[in-house]
Amino acid sequence: MTGETIRPRDARELRQAVEWALNDGVTLDVRGSGSKLDLGKPMQCDQVLDVSGVSGIVDYAPEELVVTLRAGTPMRDVEALLAQRNQMLAFEPPDLGPLLGRAPGEGTLVGAVMGNLAGPRRLSAGAARDHLLGFSGVNGRGEAFKSGGRVMKNVTGYDLSKLLAGSWGTLAVLDQVSVKVLPAPDQTRTLVLQGLDDTAAVTAMCAAMGSPHEVSGAAHVGDRTALRIEGVAPSVEARLKGLRELLAASGAVMEELATFESRTFWREVRDVVPLEVAPDAIVWRLSCPPTEGPAIVARIRSQRPSAKAFYDWSGGLIWLALPPVADAEHLLVRAALGATGGHAMLIRAPVATRASVPVLHPQSPALAALAARVKESFDPKGLFNPGRMVSL
Amino acid sequence: MQMPPLDPDILRRRGAIVAALKAIVPGEGVIDDLDGMRPYECDALSAYRQMPLVVVLPETVDQVAAILRYCQDHKVKVVPRGAGTSLSGGSMPVGDAILLGMAKFNRVLEIDYANRCARVQPGVTNLGVTKAVEHEGFYYAPDPSSQIACSIGGNVAENSGGVHCLKYGLTTNNLLGIEMVLMNGEVVRLGGKHLDSGGYDLLGLMTGSEGLLGVVTEVTVRLLRKPSTARAVLLGFPTEAGAADCVAAVIASGIIPGGMEMMDKDAIQCAENYVGAGYPLDAEGLLVVELDGPEIEVDYLVARVEEIARGRGATTVRVSRDEQERVLFWAGRKAAFPAVGQISPDYMCLDGSVPRGHLVQVLAEMREMSKSYGLRVVNVFHAGDGNLHPLILFDANDPDELRRAEEFGADILRLCVRVGGVLTGEHGVGIEKRDLMGEQFTEIDLDQQMRVKCAFDPDHLLNPGKMFPKLRRCAELGRVTVHDNKLPFPDIPRF
Repeated sequence: MTGETIRPRDARELRQAVEWALNDGVTLDVRGSGSKLDLGKPMQCDQVLDVSGVSGIVDYAPEELVVTLRAGTPMRDVEALLAQRNQMLAFEPPDLGPLLGRAPGEGTLVGAVMGNLAGPRRLSAGAARDHLLGFSGVNGRGEAFKSGGRVMKNVTGYDLSKLLAGSWGTLAVLDQVSVKVLPAPDQTRTLVLQGLDDTAAVTAMCAAMGSPHEVSGAAHVGDRTALRIEGVAPSVEARLKGLRELLAASGAVMEELATFESRTFWREVRDVVPLEVAPDAIVWRLSCPPTEGPAIVARIRSQRPSAKAFYDWSGGLIWLALPPVADAEHLLVRAALGATGGHAMLIRAPVATRASVPVLHPQSPALAALAARVKESFDPKGLFNPGRMVSL
Repeated sequence: MQMPPLDPDILRRRGAIVAALKAIVPGEGVIDDLDGMRPYECDALSAYRQMPLVVVLPETVDQVAAILRYCQDHKVKVVPRGAGTSLSGGSMPVGDAILLGMAKFNRVLEIDYANRCARVQPGVTNLGVTKAVEHEGFYYAPDPSSQIACSIGGNVAENSGGVHCLKYGLTTNNLLGIEMVLMNGEVVRLGGKHLDSGGYDLLGLMTGSEGLLGVVTEVTVRLLRKPSTARAVLLGFPTEAGAADCVAAVIASGIIPGGMEMMDKDAIQCAENYVGAGYPLDAEGLLVVELDGPEIEVDYLVARVEEIARGRGATTVRVSRDEQERVLFWAGRKAAFPAVGQISPDYMCLDGSVPRGHLVQVLAEMREMSKSYGLRVVNVFHAGDGNLHPLILFDANDPDELRRAEEFGADILRLCVRVGGVLTGEHGVGIEKRDLMGEQFTEIDLDQQMRVKCAFDPDHLLNPGKMFPKLRRCAELGRVTVHDNKLPFPDIPRF
């Protein structure tokens, strides 16, 4: 049962709240806007620690490519601020709200960092982990600490920012982060190849990604294979032409999306709209070597013909929808990855399913033990988001 | 530089330790004679030298695991080493520790162009990766200046950078996976050929951990397609402020150059005398800006950079006309260190990072310090990402000059931290900056880092004496203090 909500207003109160939880042996459900409550393992915590009150931009230096902000700052505020100076979060954080049955635009930037989320530009620009320059926060001992900084190049001490990104709030409660930003492209155009099957599409996407044409998005949705080209006008024009020549041998009919249509298309890919899932469908996210994608999907479809899927990241990211089954078909899905070394994360399923099935890909015993020791090094009493990543 | 006192018990047991290693690594893989160990007595921070207890050069992952397991069981310290090119003493031997050299892990295991990655052993050189794939038009992006010699395993340990980081990232942004051996002998794989494994990002943590957490035995790197065109622009300014303004203006305009380097007047003159790159000797600040990509884009961006530079008062604007001239423009920058070596018996290379907006202030303060210490300083740096490489000129034969140089260097790094920067941008902490960590971090910050270390190496056996100014026992760090008095915190809003 989750009891009352504690809502600190600044870093000092946040630290006090953790100190109190430590003293009283109280577990905390740490959340920002709560937009990802239905993602990951469900928890049974004593209290909610809501950091949305620790909010606001601290510093934005466009010419330094860095923004510093408090942990509860809404994503939409950050994006609006950056847009004023024609900059962006290059990792293209998805808004999974609607996929999870919520309103769009609810999340916080730190929430996206905590899930290490990234959109189509993951391929060329990296994920949230690649853009978190530094943070300050409170560990499970109630101690305020920091790591990293606000400069681009920094190897001073362990890179704890990498560890915090993707930790789902289980290691520390952040109060402030510095994030790298990049110039937004002048133009965004998309070359669409029609009618390729999955294997031919992935071959075309990998060829495009291996070309000098600097493709920043490669997705295959239905029978459309989309390649995104961004940048200054003359360059975009030349690269589109180069891509057409490169892919002429595929025999596919080609069309182009202009900037506005392109942006809509890639936003929808980012937010998993093309999966067109039924309200009760199970949704998986599979990460794999790009060329293995079609075989993995084929293995799943051979057993579940009604499975729906589309590919992002040149074939290396598969969004998969399955009809509702109590165990979310986790054994079947993970078996389909086989020896590719990839991993599968359960994104959407009823709470009972997420409670009983490993949401994140199971790790080897040695790795799981190491991860548990790392967790303990930050949060020895298990105060923060217990059971969020792995079953307790 | 103080290293932890040698453990007399280990020194007494040396014979048994050597015998145990010889049982694990047969043949010539164990070096225990003084002449044979001599090449390992230092790394590229050559002011500090120390003979290791014994050198072992394993050839298989099983051997690495057996060595570490033996060392864990017998509480023997281990210093891992790649090519020994660390500029911060990261691979400097420790007198009562085994030196674990990974040089025999020198094979490229797999190249997968379709998935744009290569699986290599850690002893492969940085340039070796690019050499293995360049005939297909690919390359490995991080390019530390030691790339001809430094190893990929060392790059992972140090999170190495280079001149192209601003656009292409550091090592950490260009890795997909590693295999490593933990101190207890367990072998774990992190990542693979895919992106973003779930669970804690231990791959990200390992990158830049300076050999304190595990020994890397295999690395999967991302490959990039080589840009079709690259052109360099030389921009000379009558003031350093003009050059620094130009850097900020280029980035604010939305251009991310492949590289953007700055040199001060002394550096320009040294480099010009040394290689004759055609640098303008009247300039106070010189920028070398490289733009890469499709030819039409490079042309467009070169024109914009030229325009921005002229608007900021550039007195020299020259664009490389061909590949030969591009290489020549870079030759001066790349020769800056040896060029400085010609005018001074010794020099010390620093590595602080600062927010770019503070560049001019930092340079000015450095000049003042230079006067008060009576030592010259020459500045070459990665201006695009604010990573400074001040070179302090001194004569190591004069003990007082060495002392002043060390103090001057420490003051420069303190200055970097004071303006919001950090102690090291790409060379690592090692032993060189170890005792300055308290300038940037609180004790709590450092204790948290050390607790992470304890999760991997509870007895502090791996690369001891590096990174942390003082060691605390893991058992002591692990204790949780709970205050007796229950604090009410009445003013925090609740619902």
